Amino acid sequence: MHFNDRLLPLTGGVRQADVAAENYRDLLRALEARWPGLGEALEDSSVAVDGQIYQDAWLEPIGADSEVHFLPRIEGG
Amino acid sequence: MAEAHDFRVVGTRPVRPDGADKVTGRAQYGADMNLPNMIYGKVLRSPHAHALIKSIDASKALAMDGVYAVITGDDFPTVGGGALGGEGGGSMDGLAQNIMARGKVRYHGHAVAAVAAKSLSVADAALAAIEVEYEKLEVVLDVLKAMEPDAVLIDENCFTSGLPEKPEKPSNVAGVMTLARGDLDEGFAQADVIIENEHVLPMAHQGYIEPHACTASVNEEGFATVWASSQGHFELRGQVATLTGKGISQVKFVPLEIGGGFGGKTKVYLEPLAVMLSEKSGRPVKMMMTREEVFRATGPTSGTVARVKVGAKNDGTITAAQLWLAMEAGGFSGAPHMPAAMAVFAPYDLENFKVETFDVLVNKPAVAAYRAPGAPQSMHAMEVALNELAITLNMDPIDLRMKNAADEGTQAPYGPKFPVIGFKQCLEAAKKHPNYTKPVPEGAGRGVAAGFWFNIGQQSSAEVHINDDGTVQVVEGSPDIGGSRASMCIMAAETLGVPYEAVRTIIGDTESTGFCNVTGGSRTTFATGLAVVRACEDVIASCKARAAATWGVDEDQVEWQDGQAVPAPGVNADVKPLKLADLAAKAHKTGGPIMGKASLNAQGAGASFAVNIVDLGIDRDTGKVDVLSYTAIQDAGIAIHPSYVEGQYQGGAVQGIGWALNEEYIFNADGVMENAGFLDYRIPVASDLPMIDTQIIEVPNPSHPFGVRGVGETGIVAPLAACTNAARDALGFLVRDLPLSPPRVLAAIDQQGA
Repeated sequence: MHFNDRLLPLTGGVRQADVAAENYRDLLRALEARWPGLGEALEDSSVAVDGQIYQDAWLEPIGADSEVHFLPRIEGG
Repeated sequence: MAEAHDFRVVGTRPVRPDGADKVTGRAQYGADMNLPNMIYGKVLRSPHAHALIKSIDASKALAMDGVYAVITGDDFPTVGGGALGGEGGGSMDGLAQNIMARGKVRYHGHAVAAVAAKSLSVADAALAAIEVEYEKLEVVLDVLKAMEPDAVLIDENCFTSGLPEKPEKPSNVAGVMTLARGDLDEGFAQADVIIENEHVLPMAHQGYIEPHACTASVNEEGFATVWASSQGHFELRGQVATLTGKGISQVKFVPLEIGGGFGGKTKVYLEPLAVMLSEKSGRPVKMMMTREEVFRATGPTSGTVARVKVGAKNDGTITAAQLWLAMEAGGFSGAPHMPAAMAVFAPYDLENFKVETFDVLVNKPAVAAYRAPGAPQSMHAMEVALNELAITLNMDPIDLRMKNAADEGTQAPYGPKFPVIGFKQCLEAAKKHPNYTKPVPEGAGRGVAAGFWFNIGQQSSAEVHINDDGTVQVVEGSPDIGGSRASMCIMAAETLGVPYEAVRTIIGDTESTGFCNVTGGSRTTFATGLAVVRACEDVIASCKARAAATWGVDEDQVEWQDGQAVPAPGVNADVKPLKLADLAAKAHKTGGPIMGKASLNAQGAGASFAVNIVDLGIDRDTGKVDVLSYTAIQDAGIAIHPSYVEGQYQGGAVQGIGWALNEEYIFNADGVMENAGFLDYRIPVASDLPMIDTQIIEVPNPSHPFGVRGVGETGIVAPLAACTNAARDALGFLVRDLPLSPPRVLAAIDQQGA
């Protein structure tokens, strides 16, 4: 797990962490349990799992060695 | 031109199905809907850029013959502050206050009241009869002054988001974003050359040809039907429902053809007003903006101040890069500062960088999305700095970019590692392109720049119905902005194995098909196309089951090849293949009509990169800049309909050229836009430009069955810097700010001469 600057206030300054989760929804729950408020804050974020960007993808599987980044939701014109 | 690969229909260039209607006038656009007993709505707009509304007296207007209703902010419910768009697209509360001011006007042209009357002239007279008492406030126009701690506040409840702690005091800075990696000081210390620039870019409008227009009719039960052009009738239905206090099921939104949007038609302006006026008057209400209203009161994109610093070694390796970017939000928060931050360094593999971007309130129209929101402004600064680096290091500008180019596995500045991308392929193509290898015309200048956009997926739905004769009806919910009907037909024909001519695609209204997000983010060919492919696969599954039942074999003993069901290899069945038409003709005997459907949240939209080359000629006596040649090279993944892909490249290039050379909002000291018309706000017309040359690069996106990457937005990113760099080459010195309009260029020439 990699957290960008916008999330550091919620993680107490932690930029990187290992979290066990089988899918994105599980990951959000795990993060909320560890850092209350973080899971909720991430509900509307985009997430990149192993380089692929997902939006609103609760059921997206996450592998044991997956690299996960959160980023602001991307829309466009 | 793209290759057709192994596809049968994908990569061909059939005639667009909506073309004849659009060029003959049969197509119905936003202003074309007429209903019995229809009346007309018009908006009273603020004459001040910043003022408190002390009172509104509409009694004289309401007493006029032929006036049916007047509405003000008091007629609308208060809504929460939910996000409109994730990357800084503002809030629902801001949108509510933008469509109709509540106690305060934040820009010249802000809606204050609206009337519905029997004719436009009566409506105009009624507007003139409404008495509004204002208390003028100091106008805040300069983005840097707006950021100062003692600046006059535009919103007393605006507290900067994105900081570690909520600030104690409100300010005009609505949001901050910081991205950083590595050690910036160490990176600059390693540099042999450092380039630093400051650029001021103006507020610019999307310039769609069709002004906003809609018709609304509310029945006795409060059910509203809205006819309008937009980039996404499902999302706009939701906005209308929220802003008028109705449930989503109380609003039906019928999409009409759209005459350009480019991001600017992803949110409502007139629609909730027309619904409210219809509800009050009991009649259908049509509303149409004038061009002047479009300029003054709909979303342009942000004017910006950018400070960039880039360091490199003598071999061209970038050691550090830094961007500080202040973006005008207009009267409500929502400048695209986050995508601007994430995009600026995306094409490059950087160890040390820092980006700070700011969403800043000013007394100008509230900005809206515009094609790759934020990227043209931020990447202009970086791409100009790279050109200066190349000149200083005596390197070819494409070689410099290639040396630092991102590739598969590169850690993008916004976090993740890139999957397969096509930036290096674009650079290689540019280096070899005849428009780059040919000599620069005498007295002219050549510029190069890169572009990038993330692209998105989001939600789409589609149904595919098979007619009795085997022809195909695709129904989906993404407005056709750039030829998507044709692309959907192609993908359906390719998947089903039928001719292109056998497929027809319609855009369903909000009660006729499933939810689709807006046509934006370059998502429609990717995401709605994916839904169409999946729906076709659903049809194929049904056809295989019917063929199996007809032949008396198991379903897994049937395959679908070239548009017909055939026995799988090794299956001993003495049967004749069944074409789609054969199965459709017997559908009533095999379970009823054949149809397939899909709804999905598409993931894995592949990023698209571009490289542009431009030759500019400059008249040193007048400052006029002429585009001598322009080349847009971009990765499309796989081009479904190459002509439309090329059209997107050309359209993006032309809009970017307009922004680079002429387009700008010009405000007087009172915050009044002084050039609110196409005569004075100069967008390029066909006679201004040469044919835009294009080259489609195809690095397939593995997340789409045909390899599609969105192409709609990347094309506008590179032209701003490419033109600045070409002007630098022609003039021998850098003009940092845009547009490169004759007055600015002439003044720069004069200053240089002095």
